[in-house]
Amino acid sequence: MSHYQPVERKVFTVPFMVLGLIAMVGLYFLAQRFIFGMGAVTNLNGGYAWGIWVVYDIVVGTALACGGYALALTVYVLNKGRYHPLIRAAVTASLLGYALGGVGAFVDMGRWFQFYNILLPWNMNFNSVMLEVGLCVMTYILVLFVEFMPAVFERFGRKDWTHRLNKVLFLFIALGILLPTMHQSSLGSMLIAMGHKVHPLWQSLHLQPLLALLTAITMGFAIVIFEASFSAVGFARNTETKLLSGLGKGIVGLIGAYLIFRFGEILLRGKLGLIFAGDLGSLMFVIETALFVFPLAVLLSPRMREDGQMLLYAGVSLLFAGALYRFNAYLITMNPGPGYSYFPSFPELMVTVGLVAIEIMAYLVIVKKLPVLPKHARA
Amino acid sequence: MNRRDFLKAAAGGAAVACTGGAQARGNLEPAPQAVGMLFDSTLCVGCKACVSKCKEVNGMPPVTLEGKEAWDWASDLSPKTLNVIKLYQHGEGNLKDQVENGFAFEKRSCMHCVDPGCVSVCPVTALRRHPVTGIVTFHVDACIGCRTCTTGCPYNVPHFDYDDPFGEIYKCQMCNQDGVRRIDNGQITGCAEACPTGATLFGSREALMKEAKRRMALKPGETYNYPMGDVSKPGSYHEKATPAYQDHIWGEKEAGGTNVLHISAVPFDKLGMPPLPERSYASISEGVQHTLYSFMALPAVALAGLTYVVRKNLDAPAEDADAIDDKGQEEDKS
Repeated sequence: MSHYQPVERKVFTVPFMVLGLIAMVGLYFLAQRFIFGMGAVTNLNGGYAWGIWVVYDIVVGTALACGGYALALTVYVLNKGRYHPLIRAAVTASLLGYALGGVGAFVDMGRWFQFYNILLPWNMNFNSVMLEVGLCVMTYILVLFVEFMPAVFERFGRKDWTHRLNKVLFLFIALGILLPTMHQSSLGSMLIAMGHKVHPLWQSLHLQPLLALLTAITMGFAIVIFEASFSAVGFARNTETKLLSGLGKGIVGLIGAYLIFRFGEILLRGKLGLIFAGDLGSLMFVIETALFVFPLAVLLSPRMREDGQMLLYAGVSLLFAGALYRFNAYLITMNPGPGYSYFPSFPELMVTVGLVAIEIMAYLVIVKKLPVLPKHARA
Repeated sequence: MNRRDFLKAAAGGAAVACTGGAQARGNLEPAPQAVGMLFDSTLCVGCKACVSKCKEVNGMPPVTLEGKEAWDWASDLSPKTLNVIKLYQHGEGNLKDQVENGFAFEKRSCMHCVDPGCVSVCPVTALRRHPVTGIVTFHVDACIGCRTCTTGCPYNVPHFDYDDPFGEIYKCQMCNQDGVRRIDNGQITGCAEACPTGATLFGSREALMKEAKRRMALKPGETYNYPMGDVSKPGSYHEKATPAYQDHIWGEKEAGGTNVLHISAVPFDKLGMPPLPERSYASISEGVQHTLYSFMALPAVALAGLTYVVRKNLDAPAEDADAIDDKGQEEDKS
């Protein structure tokens, strides 16, 4: 009946225990952060107000969690029903990824004990991109939660609830496409106000929202390819290469559009020379561009596109490309001015690593207990 | 078929963006009675009396170095230092106000921007520009500690206290925050009051701009009577030969201008000032944001279009229903 089923494996495996240990280390430092303040754990300073907690957990993390968004666009807007089998896994990963972003934002919030201020209408500053990001991400987490519910209802055999939810599900699906379009583009817009601190190769001003959105969608598709391939290896399931290579064709258009706007902006604003400046900025730009061009080459070739392994490489390269674009703009080439430097401290890194470990543990438990992954004959 | 619907929705959205969405604004204008300060680097002797006075007014401890407490050892702005004197040095560093083998002093504190980035980016209106005086103040009751203000400040002025588990943002509020209110009470800022040479001068932005322009017009070597304290009613004057000023009033135009103006004999990039265009980044950011979100019209149209398309596709068979067992080739049926 259902197209999905739980993976019949036990939960407490060795990798799961290792993840648990890593999570404990992260939680230990997290406790320190709340008791002694952020300075006890992070290397944040007056020039670098945002470190990896913001840039990885929120900016990169939520882009990695765009699988649900990208697939919803494909299945429900472009009406490509054959990708439907992948959607529950993608929504699950999105829910967990955005939950990480939400937790990350709370952990990074210096005055977390009055976070509710952002929900009070008389406090809201509608000029602020951060306000849009905050409210939109919160709403989207709720939407993802609702979109995830069918798997839970199915597990507990509540067809009546599924039926009721199905009547209004279209509204949540539509919101689930609109909201990421809004806040993923805003995560780019946030760089505009940072002005001269953002390296000129990454400070595209009016184009920031478009570039952020295009790369977020490519990362969404790439994570679907990555997760499906990884699940296939990890759980000894059939690969979905045929399905995935179809997604690849959509990605080609997105990367193409991105590269045209990216290089067009650099060319028109006369910043081409900066690519050859031979400094950190030009090095990072070249690496980042190569990571975008490699998947483009793979996906343009019909032969390589059908090769499951090449497809996985292309997906991983694209994930790194989008992540590096964000890291470069927000952190690596960001320069607040003389006298400031930043590299994350060990405890700071471990908090992020620990939170990611918890996210992966949650994913493993969910796919083993709930009907999330597509039903398959055993390989 | 649904591609046509999609295009229709997209076209509707584009129409909204073009008509209701032309919300780009220019830089903000100075507040009607903007107050500020004029810092003349050539008058500063680096005594740091202003740093010490600032600590006294704001109730902050002096920064000590290896237990030594001579005035203040603060080397940069911090949660405990809202105003600091920094030193430019080159080569032998013994010629005042010279680029080569010279030195110069630079005051760093909130510039009280005319179009403040921190105010523009704060999600919860914890930073506010006073509608009459233009003074930029911080309101801890609203602050969530996200530090977007720090990222949006071209000068890295707002400092979050990371060492306090219940930390907050610290910045110069022109001695006019609740509990101090020197300006409202007819006093001048602590740093301007303490300055023994008139290097830091208090006054209205307009009067200070006039004073700065007057100094720009002087010939190097000409004697000039420098006012001290409040530019409109100076406490005293001192006579001094005019230095060779750079023909540049920092804060006249930078990123929409500032209420705290700086003049100097050494170029400002040497003094650590950032490269800023005349257009404020806040105005660009708000222009983009209000184009996309004007009255939420664009998102509303997009949501309506998406709802329609999604609902239709949920009911109808998938466009590629018969292609599911195909070779994975997409067939477009338009």
